[in-house]
Amino acid sequence: MNVGNVIVIGGASAGYTAAIYLARATLSPLVLAGENAGGQLMFTSEVENYPGFSKGIKGPDLMDEMRKQAERFGAEIKNENVTKVDFAGEVKKVWVGETEYQAKAVVLALGASSRMIGVGEEKYYGKGMSTCAVCDAAFYKDKTVFVVGGGDAAMEDALALARFTNKVTIIHRKAEFRASKIMQQRVLTEKKIPVMWNTEVVGVIGSNKLEGIRVKDKTGKEGDVVADGLFLAIGHTPATDILKGQVELDGHGYLITNMTSNKSQMNQEIWLNSYPTQTSAVGVFGAGDMVDIRYRQAITAAGMGCMAALDVEKFLTGSFGSW
Amino acid sequence: MHFSDTDFEEKVIKSNLPVMVDFFAEWCGPCRMAAPIIDELSETYKNKVSIGKVDVDASTGTAAKYGVQSIPTVIMFRDGKEVDRKVGFGGRGGYEEMIKKVI
Repeated sequence: MNVGNVIVIGGASAGYTAAIYLARATLSPLVLAGENAGGQLMFTSEVENYPGFSKGIKGPDLMDEMRKQAERFGAEIKNENVTKVDFAGEVKKVWVGETEYQAKAVVLALGASSRMIGVGEEKYYGKGMSTCAVCDAAFYKDKTVFVVGGGDAAMEDALALARFTNKVTIIHRKAEFRASKIMQQRVLTEKKIPVMWNTEVVGVIGSNKLEGIRVKDKTGKEGDVVADGLFLAIGHTPATDILKGQVELDGHGYLITNMTSNKSQMNQEIWLNSYPTQTSAVGVFGAGDMVDIRYRQAITAAGMGCMAALDVEKFLTGSFGSW
Repeated sequence: MHFSDTDFEEKVIKSNLPVMVDFFAEWCGPCRMAAPIIDELSETYKNKVSIGKVDVDASTGTAAKYGVQSIPTVIMFRDGKEVDRKVGFGGRGGYEEMIKKVI
C-alpha cells in the first residue's frame, strides 16, 4: 500500500490551516475532512473577530475560502468520515469504512460537536428544537422561543431570533454570561431579550411538536412555560470517540498534546526542540477544539493547525521553514 | 434539479418515481454540508429515485405546507405522500438509507 506523508483528519479551521502549510511544504497532505466538513462555523452567520475581514465574513464562506486555499496548493480533500485508526506502528493507519489509508504522520483536528441537554429534547428536533438558530430563526416568526446557554453562540442565536420575534428569552444556569463583552452588551441592551438567570431546563413538553419546557431555578422550584422553540447553545464536546485507546485523552474526552499534558513541563526546551502539538502517539499531532480546553476560537484553532503542520514538517524532514 | 411552489405538484406529487426533496437555503451552513452528498446520490440513484431541492426562501408555500421548521430537512415522497423525513444534516448514510427503503 502507498504510504503517504501525512493525513489530516478533520476539515475546519485547524485542519484546513494545517493542510495549507503542509501543501506549501510540498508534503502532499490527504485531508479526510468528514461529511460535516466546515465544522461549527457552518452553524454560524457572521464571524466578526477573524482578523483580515474588517467587515466580517460568513462562517460557511470562511470555511470555503480556507478549503480552496488548501486545494490551491495541492492538498487532496475528501469529505469522508474516518471510522477507525491505528497509531501503534511507525506507519499510521486510518480507515474510512473498508478503505485503508496509510501515512507517516497524522494531524488530528476533528473539532467538537453540539452538546444536548439530555432531557428528551432530541425527539423535537425540527419540531421546535434546534441547534442552529441562524438556520431556523425565520421559521419562528412571532413565536415564543428560548435560547439555552451563556456563550457567544447563545448571544448570536438570541440576536438572530430577535429579528423575527419579540418573544426570545435566554435561559442560563449561572448568574452571568461567559460570552465576549461586546456580544453580552448587544443582548443585555436589547429589550426584546429577557434572561432567566440561574435557571436550567429540566424537561420538554409536547405531543407532535414542542409545546413547552420545564425549568428549575436555583432554589429548586420547577415550573412549566409555553414554548414554540428551544434553541440549544450549551457548548460542545470534543469529537474524540474514534481515538479512544489510540491516544491519550483527558477525563472530558479532550485530546492531550505536549502543550496540555500534565506530565510535560512546557518549557522553552520543548518549544524549541520537541513537538508542542504531538499527542501521546509518536508522529500523531493534535490541533483545534478537540485539544483546546481554554480558548476555542476559529483563530486559535487555525493557529494550532499551523503549529501542528510545522511540527509534522520537522518530524518528517528534520527541519521546518519551507512554507 | 430544483422544485418550486409552482411545479412541486407536477414534479413531486404526481411523479411515478419516489422523490427525495432537500429543503434548504443558500445561507444555511449545514445545508451546504448536505448539498454535495445529495448531488452525488442523485447521480448514483438516477432512474430509481428522483432527487431535487426546494429553496425555502423562494418556495415558502411548499416549506410551510410540509411543516419544515429546521433546515436542512429532507423528505421522501412516494405516490404523492410523505413516507420518510430527516431533519438536520443526516450524513451520507442517513440519506442513502432513506433511498434504500423506497427502491
